[in-house]
Amino acid sequence: MPFAAELVNNVLFLLLRRLRTPLILLITVYAVTVLGFVLIPGMDDKGRPWAMDFFHAFYVVSYTATTIGFGELPYVFNDAQRMWLTFTIYASVVTWIYSIGAVLTAVQDPAFRVVRIENAFARAVRRIREPFYVVCGYGDTGTLLVRALAESGIQAVVIDIDQERVNVLELEELPMVVPALRGDAAIPSNLQLAGLKHRHCLGVIALTNRDAVNLKIAITARLLRPRLATICRADTQDAANNMASFGTEHIINAFNTFAGRLAMALHAPGLYLLFEWMTAAPHEPLREPIFPPVGRWILCGYGRFGKAVHARLAREGVVATIVEADPALTHPPQGSVIGRGTEAETLQQAGIEQAVGIVAGTDNDANNLSIIMTARELNPQLFMVARQNEQQNALLFSAAKLDLLMQRGNVIAHKIFALLTTPLLTEFLDLAKQQGNAWANQLLSRLGGIIGDEAPETWGLAITPAEAPAIYAGLAAGHSVTVSDLWRDPRNRDERLPGIALLLKRDEEEILVPDESMPLVRGDRLLLAGRIEARRQLSWIARNHNSFAYLATGRERPSGYVWEYFVGARKINPGK
Amino acid sequence: MNLEKVIFAFFIVLALTLNFGFYVGEIDNPVHHSAYELYAALVVSLIATVLKLGDRTHLGAVLLATSLVADLQLIAAAIVWAYADHVVVGGMTPHIMTAIVSLSGGALLANLTSVVLFIAETIAIRR
Repeated sequence: MPFAAELVNNVLFLLLRRLRTPLILLITVYAVTVLGFVLIPGMDDKGRPWAMDFFHAFYVVSYTATTIGFGELPYVFNDAQRMWLTFTIYASVVTWIYSIGAVLTAVQDPAFRVVRIENAFARAVRRIREPFYVVCGYGDTGTLLVRALAESGIQAVVIDIDQERVNVLELEELPMVVPALRGDAAIPSNLQLAGLKHRHCLGVIALTNRDAVNLKIAITARLLRPRLATICRADTQDAANNMASFGTEHIINAFNTFAGRLAMALHAPGLYLLFEWMTAAPHEPLREPIFPPVGRWILCGYGRFGKAVHARLAREGVVATIVEADPALTHPPQGSVIGRGTEAETLQQAGIEQAVGIVAGTDNDANNLSIIMTARELNPQLFMVARQNEQQNALLFSAAKLDLLMQRGNVIAHKIFALLTTPLLTEFLDLAKQQGNAWANQLLSRLGGIIGDEAPETWGLAITPAEAPAIYAGLAAGHSVTVSDLWRDPRNRDERLPGIALLLKRDEEEILVPDESMPLVRGDRLLLAGRIEARRQLSWIARNHNSFAYLATGRERPSGYVWEYFVGARKINPGK
Repeated sequence: MNLEKVIFAFFIVLALTLNFGFYVGEIDNPVHHSAYELYAALVVSLIATVLKLGDRTHLGAVLLATSLVADLQLIAAAIVWAYADHVVVGGMTPHIMTAIVSLSGGALLANLTSVVLFIAETIAIRR
């Protein structure tokens, strides 16, 4: 990589440039003092005239300058030599101290340190030998996403503009080393440093809190690596349209996604739970079902988030009274109550005694908590929903005992994680949305019976020679394999593995929750969900010809040529 | 006029002239070759090397390389001399002197290359 080589040179040249003066000074002092000793006439041990040659002079200066001080060698010095030695001591020791000081200053210089840190980062990225994602922005969403990725064994590289966030990442106990760079992701060279052009780079995820930066990242990725997956966060529709115009793969409007999920929780709790289960990070505890009441709601805050929630609720026919502090800025609809919602008076004006639930959806966590506490005093029966903006307030929100807590970082991070790890999941969730709540509840009860108290594992399986060679070969040999056959336990084929097929994609046809008796064909792509051990067993079946043969036929297949020959002979003999 | 260039040119030309001064004379005759001159040539050559550090141009890199070659050759010559005087029983022989002078001859070639490159660069700049 020429770019990295250039960086190494930068470090070296910077250091050499700084060391020029001390080096020249050292050479000069050595040269002068050595020459002095050679020129000064001395005497040997018998009183004969004797002068040092260069070898002896260099020897004396070397042990004097380094303060080793062996004494007067090879013969006792006369006074002229002692005078010169005194000068040598001061000149050389001072020069050494200055030179060492110059080296230390050069190494600790902020500019040099930046170059060195960048260099170490570039080296760490270059050494990555497995597929990885570049995550730009390490806020709440980035933190959750990187952790989820690391825990499922996917490498990530992080860029954040804030040194403190980079420090946080370094202190985080992740199961793998995640290289992080403090830098502006809008600068293409930083992205390049993070491995944008690395051959193992799978995609770029732009999660910074500024649309302009995310847009720049998307453009950079598009131009430098056109086929790379790009997932971008966009806070405004304008930016989202802009990103879509040059073909950014996934654009996530944080407010819409988040508001959509909240609205779904209120009008279709079953579907909401299904979404939550399917997009959960590995080893997360299972979320409990919620039962939001039907009736009039109070919605506090009519900013970007409040507007998105209100629009979705209105579409679902849910009536909501809006409480907004700054109507001049946000233009709430007629009949809204003016106020923050943190005082009892405003909430009473909004008719809190008759409402069934309240959504504290301002962009200020302290206000949201205050709204919830005031509302609880006025009407303890209310269904409480709060929006949590910052991860650091998690403790407070969990102490507030809410019926539903919406963490923005969480929702977005889970959505991106699902996009990255299980490609068919998006299609499944889109189809599920059209099915409605009753269908979701039915599927949930089936899933609930299979999985334990941890979030279900979801994964894809393609019946291809690469991913499922045993099944592929079995189908090619004429065996019939149905969806339920996938779930036979390789230890005992009459037992069933805890899993369920959610989606089957055959060419362009998508079959939602395929029937258990449906036969598979080569090239099918499946989305499966179940317990982690089911996933392990299934990947074993898919790859091991012997276990597959046992499952398909119920007989153990001979696993060596000799035994195969005997079995074959026995099979043929009765025929004769 | 650029003071940096003056100092730079001074040192690389001085390295060449001192080197040449040491080199001339009968190759195996110690009387024709002064230890002081070798010493001066070595010190000046070391300083010239340090002056070339940190130049990021291609020419700078080549100059640095030739200078390092000269240093190596001169240091080798000095070590051989010290070895002949203090370690070898019987002291300096014509054979050892020949080795010292031919080592400095190699350094002379390297220094000459340096100067030629420097002149070429100077001519290319028409200011």
